[in-house]
Amino acid sequence: MHSHFLLLIVFAFFVSTVFATLMRDEIGQQIRFGGVLFGGFVVGAVVFGWLMYPIPL
Amino acid sequence: MVRETTIDRTQGLHPILIALAAWIVPGAGHLWGGQRVKGLVFLVMLPLMFAVGLALEGRLFPFELSQPLVALAAIADVGIGAPYLVGKALSLGVGTVTAVTYEYGNTFLIVAGLLNLLVVCDAWDLVTGRK
Repeated sequence: MHSHFLLLIVFAFFVSTVFATLMRDEIGQQIRFGGVLFGGFVVGAVVFGWLMYPIPL
Repeated sequence: MVRETTIDRTQGLHPILIALAAWIVPGAGHLWGGQRVKGLVFLVMLPLMFAVGLALEGRLFPFELSQPLVALAAIADVGIGAPYLVGKALSLGVGTVTAVTYEYGNTFLIVAGLLNLLVVCDAWDLVTGRK
């Protein structure tokens, strides 16, 4: 499992599932909140990655 | 039929006892308080996240007070409870610094522990009636 993107997906899945379960009580709300969190993690990381693209190593 | 609340279920038990159970076994506090779905999600997801961290060759950090960041990481690792103790007993989590996934493994281990500490706080709030 050396794919950075796959690890990002796995990490986002775990964290958003636990947070959604913790922060919301109704199953519908948990799924919605978890989905938003998961999307935020993945999209945010990709956007942040592209923003760093012009910065030299 | 009157539905039994978390406070009814845990009446007579000291919140510290439930918080301790919630720390040792992720999700145990919620299961004890009658929140089965939440408890089961924590029981499955948190040890699994910890196991993924170990599989990614992350390190279970030692308590080295001379290195504050290492000590903080150790506290976060211990937050997962029994899986940490099992990992230590089986000499897992040695950490391979040269592995590509080393830092990812550390992140999974540390975040799993911190999330379980949040779950413990939530269990505390449930049994003390704050939530």
